[in-house]
Amino acid sequence: MPQIAQLAEFYSSQIFWLLVFFGITFFLIGRGMVPKVMGTVELRDKQIADDLAAAQGARDAADEQEEAWRVRENENRAAAQAKIAEAKAEAAAKTEAKLARAQKRLDAKLEKAEAEIEAARESAMTEIEDVAAEATQEIVARLAGGKVDKRTARSAVKKALTNA
Amino acid sequence: MAAEQGKVDPMKQFQIEPLFGSANWELAGFNIAFTNSALWMAITVILLWTFVAGGMKRELVPGRWQMAVESFTGFIDDMLEANVGKEGRKYVSYIFSLFMFILFANLLGLLPIGVLGLHPFTFTSHFTVTGVLAVISFSIVLVVGFWKHGIKFFTLFVPHGTPAAMVLPIALIEFFSFMIRPFSLALRLFVAMMAGHVLLKVLSSFVIDGLNAGVGTSLMVAIPSFALMIAISALEILVAGIQAYVFALLTSLYINDAEHLH
Repeated sequence: MPQIAQLAEFYSSQIFWLLVFFGITFFLIGRGMVPKVMGTVELRDKQIADDLAAAQGARDAADEQEEAWRVRENENRAAAQAKIAEAKAEAAAKTEAKLARAQKRLDAKLEKAEAEIEAARESAMTEIEDVAAEATQEIVARLAGGKVDKRTARSAVKKALTNA
Repeated sequence: MAAEQGKVDPMKQFQIEPLFGSANWELAGFNIAFTNSALWMAITVILLWTFVAGGMKRELVPGRWQMAVESFTGFIDDMLEANVGKEGRKYVSYIFSLFMFILFANLLGLLPIGVLGLHPFTFTSHFTVTGVLAVISFSIVLVVGFWKHGIKFFTLFVPHGTPAAMVLPIALIEFFSFMIRPFSLALRLFVAMMAGHVLLKVLSSFVIDGLNAGVGTSLMVAIPSFALMIAISALEILVAGIQAYVFALLTSLYINDAEHLH
């Protein structure tokens, strides 16, 4: 076993060169280079974390804006609805007023027509009375030979007409 | 026929040889020959540096290479986070170095560059090497423990709720299990790496000897052995990763003890 057989001869060389080369490994690579490699990793992790945070922030901002937009939209819709209701009410009021005016006109016309009819009826009635009175005078004169004056005949006719 | 009977010595792969005539290099009276072991350490460091340097482009959207390096640092980071917590962060440099150094060493030792006439050397199959790594890890545990908790670090040996009468024996057992940690750490890696390599070499000698002995043994021994070698090579790649992971994981668990006591 050379490890033991050559121990006395080479132990100092083995230890010396191991210390030299492991020392180089530790100080040059372990202390010099490894921290830089790990620094790069850390930097990248930080960058990723920052990017993620920024993305999250942007998303939150977008959500906020959407919410604001929604609120605004709802307000607008409500305002529009109110305007429509107002317009409807106004239109209804106008229509009502127009209808009322038309009704009034119609009523007036109706009244006037009724009055005219009444007047016509009245004049027709007096005419009938006149004719009836004359006829009565005539009938009385012819049948009884008497003479009935106009007033008496008229009152008689009136009586008969109202009784009829 | 005798010349073809290449004897496979399963231990030769662990032989340390000085290179470039450096056998007599000395530092303060100690031999510091630049051996094949040191050469493979150097190769490990160069490849590891290349690997990590390729992941330093610092791009926001990583390429494959950068992704690979980042997944390794992330893996060590997660392991320390899970085992030590927030304080584990400052050990990433050390645990990463440890894990990658052992992982690359283990994997490089498995490279089939023998077919090119080169000899791969797995320096993690030497307990001088794994021992030093274990001692470094253990020292960190001791330093951190006494630095953070001072003398209270010794309460590590008395778990919560120990009856008064049991304090002494339990503390003794805990102390021993604590002191054994560097040895188990070092031996586990060394034994696992050595055993796998020895097994592969023994099987390869079965293949060679079986083929040389004729058609019958070729079919009965050489071919099954070769199939087994392929399967065990795959297993060894797994073991290379697992042992590096276990070393790093246990070190982080021990550091957790030092950071938080129990």
